[in-house]
Amino acid sequence: MTEYHLRTPIPQNRIRRLKTGDIVFLTGRIFTARDKAHQLIMTLQSSKIPKELKNLPLYHCGPLVRREHGKWIVLSAGPTTSRRLESTEAKVMEKLGVSVLIGKGGMGPATAAALQRLPGVYLAYTGGAGVLAATQITGVLDVLWLAELGMADAVWLLEVREFGPLVVAMDAAGSSLYPEE
Amino acid sequence: MDDKEITRGIVELIRTAETTLPKDVITALKKAYTTETGIAKLQLATILDNIRLAAQTHQPLCQDTGIQTFFLNVGTDFPSIDRIQPWLQKGLAKAITAVPLRPNAVDPLTRTNGDDAKPSPVLYWSLVPGDSLHIHALPKGSGSENTSRLAMLNPSDGIDGIKKTVVDTVTRAGGRPCPPTIVGVGIGGDAATALKLGKTALLRPVGRRHPDPAVARLEKDLISECNKTGIGPMGLGGKTTVLDVHIQTVPCHPAGLPVGVAMQCWADRRAHITIRANGTWEVR
Repeated sequence: MTEYHLRTPIPQNRIRRLKTGDIVFLTGRIFTARDKAHQLIMTLQSSKIPKELKNLPLYHCGPLVRREHGKWIVLSAGPTTSRRLESTEAKVMEKLGVSVLIGKGGMGPATAAALQRLPGVYLAYTGGAGVLAATQITGVLDVLWLAELGMADAVWLLEVREFGPLVVAMDAAGSSLYPEE
Repeated sequence: MDDKEITRGIVELIRTAETTLPKDVITALKKAYTTETGIAKLQLATILDNIRLAAQTHQPLCQDTGIQTFFLNVGTDFPSIDRIQPWLQKGLAKAITAVPLRPNAVDPLTRTNGDDAKPSPVLYWSLVPGDSLHIHALPKGSGSENTSRLAMLNPSDGIDGIKKTVVDTVTRAGGRPCPPTIVGVGIGGDAATALKLGKTALLRPVGRRHPDPAVARLEKDLISECNKTGIGPMGLGGKTTVLDVHIQTVPCHPAGLPVGVAMQCWADRRAHITIRANGTWEVR
């Protein structure tokens, strides 16, 4: 259980050194994407892929957000169940140029293989810890497809500070903390 | 009865459910914290931190504010039965901005209109003696609900079949329903009754055993078997996979054995309001 405090985007050589059981706190930019965002990204032509997401950690999260005095305030933003996104995740990671996933409950074999190939890591945030996560989100930098996808499914580009504790639950060497299915 | 005042009570009911956890759940989580080590302990520490923060800030402790589920026990002498549903609807509409709640209802086929959709609460009605109205709120996240399951067993599958169904459900669910979970098991009735009974069983406080010693023993066995799976807090491994297993039974057809398993995340959000015949109310 080694603890790391890292800035995003995390360089590839750093990702490769993260091992299952390590604890990570992230500072910098991350973005949210769950079911509908994954489906939408799958249909996008490569020229339409938002560049601002490239290399950033993709957070499986449908946040609870409120608009106050012209600013977005994140009230609760813990992880959603990652496994729902298994069928498209490997392709979405490739399309967006993403190698770090944050979620809960773990991913399936296709994503595990992608993590070894890229290399990448899956970081587990404690499910249900919505308010704690919100206190570690220092700003909303942008929101994509809000009108089409709605609050929970839109892509929120977030600034985070010491976001964690995140547990390295699946690593680039193919190790996983989740039981085999 | 003052409609506005009772609507305010409904908002407080939902706010209490969304921002705090019952003492019994917190006690069970604290106990689990003392028995775990390493990553499992870290998960429980984070959970307990989050519960404290939510109570301090009055913000929903999980961003999935759930499908709004209400168990309504209506006194047969309660004076304003026709107004119960309008109170709930108005209270819920207010709670969306006051608590607030995440837009959480979509058309199941088109999957659209998420943010504008009218809230669509799940209501379970029953009649009870007396002149008061008791409403239990159980906002339920989809992470746990997605792992709930129905098994229509053969009578010869017996107690072993019931045990296998529950342990298999917990094992298959893995880390998805945000363990340590509370497992509600409804046994008997028909298919729909078994699932409803399982969900109703979740209303019982964590740590309280069924009054029938034989059922209580089965609950204890299941707690121990589920915790032997090693799934642990958030599926990252550990001794605590379930905080409790609650069983409820009703008679069933001799040729059937329906078992409904209702999975509930550690964020076992429950609150209760009593509305009296004179219009006063109390949330706890």
